[in-house]
Amino acid sequence: MTAQAAEIPQTRHRSMSLPSARRLLLWTGLAVLLAWVLVPIYLVALGAFGGRLGVFRWPKSIWPTDLSLAAMTQFLAIEGVFNALVNSLIAAGLTVVFSILLGAPAGYALARYDFRGQNAFRLLVLLTRAFPLAILALPLTVSFIRLGLYDTPFGVSLIHTVLALPFAALVTQSLFMGIPREYEEAAWVFGCTRFQAFIRVVLPLALPGLAATAIFAFVISWNEVFAASILTVRERTLTAYLLRILAESPLHYRFAGGFILIIPSVLFIFAVRRYLFAVWGIASK
Amino acid sequence: MPARTSWIPYALIAPSVIFLGALFLVPLVQTIWLSFSVGDGFSMENYQRMAGDLNFSLAVRNTFLLTLVVVPLQVVLALAMATMVTKLDKGRDLVLWVLTIPLGISDLAAGLAWLALLQNTGYLNSALYALGLIQGPMGWLSQETPWALFFAIVLAELWRATAIVLVILIAGLQLIPKEFSEAAEIFGAKPWTRFTKITLPLLKPSLQSALILRTVLAFEVFAVVYALGGRNFPVLAGEAYVWQNDNQNYGAAAAYAVLIMAISLAATAVYLRILRTRPEQLP
Amino acid sequence: MADIVIDRVVKEFGPFRALQEISLTVNDGEFVALLGPSGCGKTTLLRIIAGLETQTSGRIVIGGQDVSNLAPRKRGLAMVFQNYAIFPHMSVFENVAFGLRMQKAAQAEVKRKVERAAALLHIEGYLDRYPAKLSGGQRQRVAVARALAVEPAVLLMDEPLSNLDALLRLEMRTELKAVLRQAGTTTIYVTHDQTEAMGLADRIAVMYGGKIDQIGSPLEIYATPATRFVGGFIGAPPMNFIKVRCHGGTARIGDATLPCPSTVTDLELGLRGEDASLSANGSGIPFDVRVVEPMGSHLLLTGSIDGQLARIVAPPVAKVNPGVRVGLNVDPARVTWIDSATGRAVARA
Repeated sequence: MTAQAAEIPQTRHRSMSLPSARRLLLWTGLAVLLAWVLVPIYLVALGAFGGRLGVFRWPKSIWPTDLSLAAMTQFLAIEGVFNALVNSLIAAGLTVVFSILLGAPAGYALARYDFRGQNAFRLLVLLTRAFPLAILALPLTVSFIRLGLYDTPFGVSLIHTVLALPFAALVTQSLFMGIPREYEEAAWVFGCTRFQAFIRVVLPLALPGLAATAIFAFVISWNEVFAASILTVRERTLTAYLLRILAESPLHYRFAGGFILIIPSVLFIFAVRRYLFAVWGIASK
Repeated sequence: MPARTSWIPYALIAPSVIFLGALFLVPLVQTIWLSFSVGDGFSMENYQRMAGDLNFSLAVRNTFLLTLVVVPLQVVLALAMATMVTKLDKGRDLVLWVLTIPLGISDLAAGLAWLALLQNTGYLNSALYALGLIQGPMGWLSQETPWALFFAIVLAELWRATAIVLVILIAGLQLIPKEFSEAAEIFGAKPWTRFTKITLPLLKPSLQSALILRTVLAFEVFAVVYALGGRNFPVLAGEAYVWQNDNQNYGAAAAYAVLIMAISLAATAVYLRILRTRPEQLP
Repeated sequence: MADIVIDRVVKEFGPFRALQEISLTVNDGEFVALLGPSGCGKTTLLRIIAGLETQTSGRIVIGGQDVSNLAPRKRGLAMVFQNYAIFPHMSVFENVAFGLRMQKAAQAEVKRKVERAAALLHIEGYLDRYPAKLSGGQRQRVAVARALAVEPAVLLMDEPLSNLDALLRLEMRTELKAVLRQAGTTTIYVTHDQTEAMGLADRIAVMYGGKIDQIGSPLEIYATPATRFVGGFIGAPPMNFIKVRCHGGTARIGDATLPCPSTVTDLELGLRGEDASLSANGSGIPFDVRVVEPMGSHLLLTGSIDGQLARIVAPPVAKVNPGVRVGLNVDPARVTWIDSATGRAVARA
C-alpha cells in the first residue's frame, strides 16, 4: 500500500468520524458563512430587478415580489451604459492579450533558463506587489494625453496590464515548471525546433492553466475602478461610469449596475475554481 | 534547469521588462517627482497643501483605522473558514466556490451590494423594523452616524476581500503534509495545540503574503467607501481621486499617491521582518 | 509495555473493502511486521491502530484497554512516519521533546529523556540543528528518537526505511533492531520489503487483498507458506509453482515421481529454487535451462519444468549451459503442495 493510495480516502474518512455534535456545529458555521457570502448578492439582485418602486418599498420583503426586467432594461438603455459596457469588455480583452503575451514568455524564461539578471527580474516583478499600482495612473494622465492614449480603453488596458502582468508571469512560471523538461527534450530529439516543441508539446499541456490565468487577468481589469476612473472622461469603463454617476443616479440603477458587475465574477470564479488554489498558492510566494 | 545561458531568456523577458519599465518604474518616478515640484522647481508645497486640507487628517485616521480593523479580522475569518473547509468531505468544492465568489467581485460592486442591505429603506432596517427595534427608515451611512458608516465599510470589506486571504491560506495549507499534524496528534497534541504549534508556524509564509497583499490593498481602499458613504468617510485614495479629477491638482494628488506608497512599503517591510522564516526552518 | 489485540477489524472506503475482518494479536514486547505489496491494506491497518483512521467495524485493544474510539493521543503509542514528519520549524531537540512537552513533563525530565533517546540513536551532536540541515539518515534517527523519547507502550512504524538509499537502509536496519531490542517496546512495523521484515521481526503477518494470508516466524513463512501468494511474495527468486496431477499419492513429472497428498487431484508443486539440486546423471525432474545468470554467490537458472516457468539456484561453480536439459533432485519433505483451486497449501500427507 503506497502512501499516496492511502492518502486520498483518508481525509474523507477522518471527517466522517467526527462526532455528530461537532458535525452539526461545523455545518451550522458553514451555513452562516455561505449565507454571509450569498445574501448580499441575492439582495442586490432583488434591488436590480425590483424596479423603482421596489427600491423604496417599506418595509421590504426578502422574497422576490413584483420582479421585472424594466429597471434592468431601462438601465441598459441609459445613454453611455452600453458604451461603457463595451469599453469594459475591450479593456479587459486587451488586458488578457497583453498580460499573456508579455507574461507567459517571461514565465517560460524563469521556468526553463538559468540566466544572469534572473533574480533582478524576479525582484522587479515582486516589487510591483508592494505598491498600490492603481495609484500610478495619476502621473500617467499627462503622458497619456500627449500620446493620445488618454480616454481610450487601450490606455486603460495598459495600466491594467501592469496589474495583471506580474501575476501572469509568476503563474505561468509555475505552470511551465510543472511540465517536465523531458517532454520538450524528447520533441527536440525527434526533430522539432525549440519553437515547434513549445507549440506542439508544451502549449497544449499548459493551455488550461493559461486559460485560468487569462480569466484572472480579465477579472482584474473588469473590476478595477481607480485607474479606469482617472484615465477616462467620455469613454468610461463600466466601473468608472458607475462611480461617476453614483451620486446622482437613483438606487435601482445603482443596483442594476452592481448586479451587472457581479455576474461575470460569479461565472468566472466557477470556471477557474479548480485552478484557484494552485494559481494563488504559487503567485503568493 | 539547464546551465547554458543564451540570448533566448533575455529575449523572452525583454517585452515585460520594457513594459514594466515604461508603465511601472517611469510613473513611479514621475509620481515622486510630480509630488515634489511646483512649476519647475523643487517644492514641498504639494505636501503642505495636502496636509493643510481639512480632510487630510481624517483621511489618514480613517484609512489606518480601517486597515487595522479589517486586515486582522480577515485573517482570523479566513483561518476559521479554511479550518472548516478542510474538515469537509462532501460538498467541499461547492462550499469553496461560494466562499471564493467575492474574489471576483469589484470593490464598487461590493459597495453597492452592501448599500442594498444598509440604505435607509434597505433590508437591515426592514429587519430591525420587523423586530420592533426601530420605528421607521433610518440612515446609517450619513455623516451623522460615522461609526455606523465605518462599521458598514468594515463589513463590506470583510465580505469582499476575505476570499483572497482564504485562497492564499488554503493554498498554503495544501503544501503542509498532513503527516505533521498526524505526528503531533500521535504524540499527544490536542486540536488547538496542533493549530498553534504546528499549522500556524508552518503557514507563516502564506500568512505573510496574504498580509502584505491585503494591507497594500487596504491602504488603496476607495470604491467600497465611495459606494457606501460618498465623501462622508474620507480615505487617502479617495482624496487623491478628488484632487486629481475634481480639483485638477495633479501635484497634490501625487503627494497623496507618494504617501500611500510610502505607507504600503513600510507595512511590507514590517511584515517581511516580523514574519520572516529563517532559512533553516523551511521544510 | 502492552499487548495489542486487533479484533475483526473491517475497513471500507465506500464500496471498496480495504480490510476484511482482520484479527491479529501482538504480544507484549513483540516485534511484528505487516508485510505485503502496495494496496494490500497494511498501512490502513497501521493507521487504524494509531487512531488516524476509524475502522468500519471491529475493535483495537491495547494493554487490555479498548481504544477503538479513543483519539490517537489517548492511546499511549508513538509512531515513525514514512516521510519522518519531523517538524521543520523546530530544532532537533524540540522535535524529540515534542511528545514529552505534550505530557507537560518537567524541564529536567524532558532534558534527561531527550538526551537519552538522542544518545541511543547517536544524534547528540545535532540537537541544536534544524531538520533542513540533516541528511535523510539523520532525519530518520530523529524520527525514531522522537518516538522512543516518550517511552511508548506501543511503537508503530510505517515504512520507516523506504526513503533511504540501499546502503543506509541496511545500516539503519541493523541499528533499529539493536535499539528496539534494548527498548523492548511492542512494535508493529509496516513494510513491503521482505528482507526488512525477515531481518527485523519476531513474527511476520503477510497481507494480501485486505486479508492476512499467513502469520508466523520468518522461518515458517519462508519454509511453509500457507498460500500460493505467500510463497510467491517471499524469497528471491520466488517459489516456483508447477501444475501437476496427483493420482494415488504420486505425482509424475517427466520420468520422476514425487509423493503427494492424495486428498486433492489438481495440485501445484511449490518448490524453492534452492531446494532443488542438480543430479549428477541427469535423473530426477527434467529442467530445460533457457538462461543462466551468474550472481556471484550462486547461479540463477531460468527455464521450464514440464513446460512451466521455473527458476533454480545452483552452486556458482556448476557447469550448466543454456539450452540443455538437466535433472533435479528434490527432497519431498521440503516442498509445498498448493491446491490449484483454492490457492491454499494442502496439509502434508
